[in-house]
Amino acid sequence: MSILINKNSKVITQGMTGKVGQFHTQQSKAYANGVNCFVAGVNPKKAGEVFEDIPVYASVRDAKQATGATVSVIYVPPSGAAAAIDEAVEAELDLVICITEGIPVHDMLRTRYKMQGKKTLLIGPNCPGLITPDEIKIGIMPGHIHRKGRIGVVSRSGTLTYEAVGQLSALGMGQSSCVGIGGDPINGLKHIDVMRLFNDDPDTDAVIMVGEIGGSDEEACARWIKDNMKKPVVGFIAGVTAPEGKRMGHAGAIISGGQGGANEKLAVMEECGIHITRNPAEMGRVMQRILKT
Amino acid sequence: MKIHEYQGKEILREFGVPTPFGVACFSVDEALAAARTLGGNVWVVKAQIHAGGRGKGGGVKVAKSLDEVQTYAQQILGMQLVTHQTGAEGQRVRRLLIEEGAQIVKEFYVGMVVDRASQRVTLLASSEGGMEIEEVAKHAPEKIKTLRIDPVHGLSEADAAQAARGIGIPEAALAGAVAALRGLYRAFVEKDAMLAEINPLVLTADDRVLALDAKFNFDSNALYRHPEIVAMRDLDEEDAAEIEASRFDLSYISLDGDIGCLVNGAGLAMATMDIIKLYGGSPANFLDVGGGANREKVTEAFKLMLKNPRLKAILVNIFGGIMKCDVIAEGVVAAAREVHLTVPLVVRLEGTNVDLGKKILAESGLPIISGNDMADAAQKVVAAAKGEK
Repeated sequence: MSILINKNSKVITQGMTGKVGQFHTQQSKAYANGVNCFVAGVNPKKAGEVFEDIPVYASVRDAKQATGATVSVIYVPPSGAAAAIDEAVEAELDLVICITEGIPVHDMLRTRYKMQGKKTLLIGPNCPGLITPDEIKIGIMPGHIHRKGRIGVVSRSGTLTYEAVGQLSALGMGQSSCVGIGGDPINGLKHIDVMRLFNDDPDTDAVIMVGEIGGSDEEACARWIKDNMKKPVVGFIAGVTAPEGKRMGHAGAIISGGQGGANEKLAVMEECGIHITRNPAEMGRVMQRILKT
Repeated sequence: MKIHEYQGKEILREFGVPTPFGVACFSVDEALAAARTLGGNVWVVKAQIHAGGRGKGGGVKVAKSLDEVQTYAQQILGMQLVTHQTGAEGQRVRRLLIEEGAQIVKEFYVGMVVDRASQRVTLLASSEGGMEIEEVAKHAPEKIKTLRIDPVHGLSEADAAQAARGIGIPEAALAGAVAALRGLYRAFVEKDAMLAEINPLVLTADDRVLALDAKFNFDSNALYRHPEIVAMRDLDEEDAAEIEASRFDLSYISLDGDIGCLVNGAGLAMATMDIIKLYGGSPANFLDVGGGANREKVTEAFKLMLKNPRLKAILVNIFGGIMKCDVIAEGVVAAAREVHLTVPLVVRLEGTNVDLGKKILAESGLPIISGNDMADAAQKVVAAAKGEK
């Protein structure tokens, strides 16, 4: 078991024939059961063609009908990425993972509005994707740093997720699933949504939650954990040293008016029983200590 | 991306939000000519910098004669205006806005933000105009009315009227206030703004509402479809190093410490700053080279960091995913040679092709200090910056 995806997932790649899409489709296909998972690409201009043995369809709906795929991953450039999400939602896929960085916020506001009441879940945008080690990798993370195991990872960042995973693997703790929810202010699944899934997953024993400055999603998740979570959670928040009002790379990482600061988040998380660390090099060791006791 | 007040007012007028008449000026002569053209007997001389808090810093003066316009324009143009948002060194004033005076009966606050939690554009309105909304939120949160706006239907007349009544706009001025609120919302959406504030929105003696100030912050991801906004960019208001960085697609922010950081990924870059601080050091910058860093980008990143006279050491922290460690290592070696590095350099590599990357560094003959993990690297760079071995 795992959350959201496993070795039987069937995936459509939107934006597969672009430079980024091609590279990551090759990588994902080469990982674990990827060759059986990545079954379709979408490009209205290249319908009927085949790339890396993967057939290209004119639309998400066509690809779904032909292959039975229920998941899509999006590498479409920013100006068209929100429309690509809309298309996947209209085709009633179960899950859409949008890797694209730099989508205008107002585009995402409209797309999220249209998603209300629909069955499709969204991960991202501006995220590394998600992986269930030794089964399937959907996204841009380096597969080889992961080990199969029983720790869940949820994070707003890319490379900082790899850092957490690398520490876990080095200490002999494998992962059940790792989910990058993305660094944008308007996104799909939040920490709390992924935490719920990990809580219900019989193959996850504990969770590392990595957050960063901006917004109040980590606080909302922490309060939920306090009342509902049956498994230990280790937490880190990046950006204790970030100055106010500056955008730190991620569009969502901006503290304004004293809200969304790292220290405030850490305080709430600690209060709610999360094992926080202020040292990003200690995430794995804190987890190891907790599991031993 | 931020713009000046006078530019913000141009946008507001385009969307039917009334503002006082005014002229942007770059010299005292222009200011005087503008005051003459505007006519009347009261003018406001306003410093145009991107930071807020200009009034308290002495950057806004009311002139009751042309002589006063001249005096104030002379005083303000060229001054280093210090506000709570500029930092202690202040910001040099290069532009003025000369505006007709208004007969103010009452001041209100109106703002719009993108609310992350509800995923809606949200209107904020308050009867407490003229002061910072953050202060109102702290001391009298009940005086802030919020309204989440449906993106399909927009801000309706009825909702706008209710919001206006809610902050105490009198019936006689209601139609004007509704037009102003709806215009602000349309400007916010059509121009891809992340933040818009009119503070204060004033009620005049003849029952008009006027935007006395205008503050906009635009979504940089949407600038590709707004050349008219890009044309308003004022590079004098931005950090020189940050402008240079943006030319090479590097994400860079100047900080006041002495340890330069070069990292891939925004989250890891922030975490790297945090761990430096945790071990007693102080980061000189935030620098995310992004996913597709090559030799040229790394070299430019080094040059940027080295322009900082306070710099005492550099930490490179790379977790290679798509970006391979050997490519980064080659970039670091080439950059260190090209810029004749004079400060200690600590490099921590992890991830794809890490062994190859470490080999390249070791065989370069350069005095590069290797960090085994993030903690080790941070401790080493903090010691190096303090002159310890």
